[in-house]
Amino acid sequence: MEPLIKIENLTVGYDNTPVLENVNLDIFEKDFIGVIGPNGGGKTTLLKAVLGLLKPSGGKITFRKDIAGKKKPIGYLPQVRHIDRKFPITVFDVVRSGFLMKQKELSSSDLKQKINRLLDETGISNIRHKAIGELSGGQMQRVFLCRALISEPKILILDEPDTFVDNRFEGELYNRLIQLNKEIAIILVSHDLGTISSYVKTIACVNGALHYHLSNNITQEQLDGYNCPIQIISHGDIPHTILKHHH
Amino acid sequence: MNSVIELFNYDFFQKAFLAAVFASISCGVIGSYIVSRRIVFISGGITHASFGGIGLAFLVGFNPLLGAVLFAVLAALGIQFFTKVAEIREDSSIAIWWSLGMALGIIFIFLTPGYTPNPMSYLFGNILTVTISELWWMFILNVIIIAFFTLLFSKILFVAFDEEFARAAGLPVTLFNYITITLIALTVVLNIRVVGIILILSLLTIPQATANLFTNNFKKLLILSSVFAFTGTISGLFISYFLNIPSGAAIIFTLVIIFGLLRLFKFLRK
Repeated sequence: MEPLIKIENLTVGYDNTPVLENVNLDIFEKDFIGVIGPNGGGKTTLLKAVLGLLKPSGGKITFRKDIAGKKKPIGYLPQVRHIDRKFPITVFDVVRSGFLMKQKELSSSDLKQKINRLLDETGISNIRHKAIGELSGGQMQRVFLCRALISEPKILILDEPDTFVDNRFEGELYNRLIQLNKEIAIILVSHDLGTISSYVKTIACVNGALHYHLSNNITQEQLDGYNCPIQIISHGDIPHTILKHHH
Repeated sequence: MNSVIELFNYDFFQKAFLAAVFASISCGVIGSYIVSRRIVFISGGITHASFGGIGLAFLVGFNPLLGAVLFAVLAALGIQFFTKVAEIREDSSIAIWWSLGMALGIIFIFLTPGYTPNPMSYLFGNILTVTISELWWMFILNVIIIAFFTLLFSKILFVAFDEEFARAAGLPVTLFNYITITLIALTVVLNIRVVGIILILSLLTIPQATANLFTNNFKKLLILSSVFAFTGTISGLFISYFLNIPSGAAIIFTLVIIFGLLRLFKFLRK
């Protein structure tokens, strides 16, 4: 089977300082990859390279023929902390902007119907005319999930969608992703290994290089071997390390 | 009331009225963009740097507005260069160009032989001395701005809101940014005659802050900002005429008073 995205010997970073070196990864149809790793390890850098936002200084990323081209059928949910919450834009318009990712044009009344249907399904049609500054963290994530989905992508990329959200939305989100995964591939960056390991099919640990785990049954020994320190904040009040640090 | 109507019989007042309309639309629209994208400080730097061009024009002997455009564009590029290539912090780059432009302006005017022009009219503006050719240029700028924002409204909004997402979707974000920074530079320069270099930031920010009290919708913000800019400019113009005070300062003062009253009104209604 030909992969949707083939990453070969990818080296990428900022201003000549590589964050990731010699990364190889194939993303196949209906994959569900959880990307974990320490802060600054290159999780977001990997996503940005796939999205074409960072130019690789070495290696290459190849898209399967039917999805290659200027506009790729990728849905992207960025870290919402980078969003300017005071920007004067309504929920409806944020979701509408996701349609930029679609090659095909749609009449404005059809697009409007489509957006309203998606907002309905996500349970946020009541806030469609609100400015984003008036939303709670969970509502924001729902809005940006809608923006990622409005273009009906073949690949969905989510960068820490589980920050600033309540438990209810977290459960809702993962159930939604499992449903979506029946049709599309998903790449999910998270800092919470404990939560995602029960949902994703495979786990990729990113720390300067990529250590790819074929299944989600990640063990202490595997992580030890890959020299991948991870700090996990799990349920309870006190953050605690469940995996040892290595250098 | 009669004296207000009488004013419209004067040629200088008709021109001032038109200038107020054009300035309100261009500053209302461009200012909304600037405020939404949080690039007020860059715009301030470009504005003040243009004074260097005005000085140079006096010294060498060409149209001061042309000199202002030249320096405004130079400053816009210079700030980019300092930040991206020379790796100077962005706010410091802005401050450097801001003050350099002002300093050069003063030096050039000082060096100008013979009659020294009064820089006051450029620093603080005088809407009552706007010329016909300046009005034409303002009119053309308004047509360009309205066309650009009408035809490409959604794309401008999406790029301004989330540049990275727009880039990932394949929009020509860099080109968009160059076009908008050029429009900002032109808006600033062509409106210098209305409120002046030092005060123009107010037309780009106060009506927008007032409009933002009532809407969070980008399209409504553009329109409402222009309306508030016009209300403030015209009222300021009358106040300046009847109280015999400088028009630029009167306009700014009126804009702030309108904002203050409406903010208070909103607070009391809650």
